[in-house]
Amino acid sequence: MELFTNQVLAGIATGAIYACMALAVVMIYQAIDHLNFAQGEMAMFSTFLSWQMMQWGMPYWGAFVLTLALSFAGGILIERLLFKPLAKAPVLTNVAGFIALYGIINSFAGLIWDFTIKQYPTPFGSSPFLGSQLISTHQAGMIGVTVLLLILLFIFFQYTRIGLAMRAAAALPESARLVGINTSWMIALGWGMAAAIGSIAGMLIAPVVFLEPNMMLGVLIYGFAAAVLGGLTSPLGAVVGGFLVGVFENLAGTYIPGVGNELKLPIALALIITVLVFKPAGLFGRPIVKRV
Amino acid sequence: MTAMLNVKDLRAYYGQVQALHGLSFALNEGSLTTLLGANGAGKTTTLRAICNMVRSTGAIEFEGKPLSGRSTENVVRLGIAHVPQGRGTFTTMTVEENLQLGAITRTDRKNIVDDIERMYAHFPVLKERYTQQAGTLSGGEQQMLAVARALMLRPRLMLLDEPSFGLAPLIVRDLFKILGKINREDKVTILVVEQNAQLALELADQAYVIETGRIVMSGNAKEIANNEDIRKSYLGY
Repeated sequence: MELFTNQVLAGIATGAIYACMALAVVMIYQAIDHLNFAQGEMAMFSTFLSWQMMQWGMPYWGAFVLTLALSFAGGILIERLLFKPLAKAPVLTNVAGFIALYGIINSFAGLIWDFTIKQYPTPFGSSPFLGSQLISTHQAGMIGVTVLLLILLFIFFQYTRIGLAMRAAAALPESARLVGINTSWMIALGWGMAAAIGSIAGMLIAPVVFLEPNMMLGVLIYGFAAAVLGGLTSPLGAVVGGFLVGVFENLAGTYIPGVGNELKLPIALALIITVLVFKPAGLFGRPIVKRV
Repeated sequence: MTAMLNVKDLRAYYGQVQALHGLSFALNEGSLTTLLGANGAGKTTTLRAICNMVRSTGAIEFEGKPLSGRSTENVVRLGIAHVPQGRGTFTTMTVEENLQLGAITRTDRKNIVDDIERMYAHFPVLKERYTQQAGTLSGGEQQMLAVARALMLRPRLMLLDEPSFGLAPLIVRDLFKILGKINREDKVTILVVEQNAQLALELADQAYVIETGRIVMSGNAKEIANNEDIRKSYLGY
């Protein structure tokens, strides 16, 4: 029983990271109807930035906040320079854009910081949480930060005018323009927020997976799985999906014989395919109905 | 009286297809004008061209300011509210959120609350349903919500695209009564595109008739309604 509880709690902790990644993916998907394959690399680059700041002697939380701001600006910049011109381009052009972005960011990170793995600090420490052997303080911190982020996002989208405008622009761009909303900037804002949310995921997972240019690859696939499971049109679904995937991953690795650590990633992929076959809209998503 | 909206030689295109062939008309401030014509005559395109939602050439001036080159949202911010065909309701949001969105460009927050109350006075059914998802409203209620959302902008000019579409005749009468009241009391200039010519002519004071992208008739709404030749050849009743 102890093993089970332990695995569930650890699953919730990594699930928090998947939830953040899924949330970032969903934010961009809502805005431009495409999956951002470079989401993980953007998060990785942000994490390197924060690492660099700490190397230069900045305290953790200072680097954290500054990285958030830089990632936000960077996300907007990427949208303005690369994806705004592609707004009316076919799907494959956009996919090519995302893959190019993936390659460029990955190579640049390798060029600047090389590919050797680096230790990344945690502000929460790694002692047992509240004296319990089940979960470490860092894992508890991951869950705590994610939950706080979710609450803030909920308040932003539900109770602020700009949040309302962003929701309107994502739901019905033409109607949004007809009430005077600059939908183009709402998309850019969505990119900025997605980049910032991704950077939080990167900075929280880096102490666990260690910092290196390819560290987010697996995390992003789990993030995609979470977003698909929850429904790509639902931020709440993305979060629930994230936690479910985290727990599922851990339990499968522990209890299904032969899965172990090596086959965890294929499980995420199998989950994506299963959901797409049996419930394409995901748990919370709206089914896409098109008039013909 | 000076014209509030001046449209000159408007030509609009969907890809290679030309939908408007040199349309010219003017709206006086405070007027209630209707634009009539059959299916495919170019009524919707005319409204879309005013808001720059379709590629067009020609000159459109609103209160002396040219509209060409402005994005749709910037046209709206000048005080032109557009209730599109199909109503453009944000169906997944609540009635109140839809009204808030109508006023999203305004900065006078205190007045917005008062304006929402005014809309509830115009359309009591919206007050009953203010926490409900807009997609759950009936067609008539959604049309009232669309008009209310447009009014939340405090527009100088309101463009309505076939507000009667798909509604029961009694509901259309109610709606048109409210439009007349808004025009008189709130001093909103209104341009309404309609296929229901009979009702629109009762409501309006000016009328234009368009056919295949050209204005073929214009004048006082009562006179056009009383002219049997025009009615038979262009309006089909």
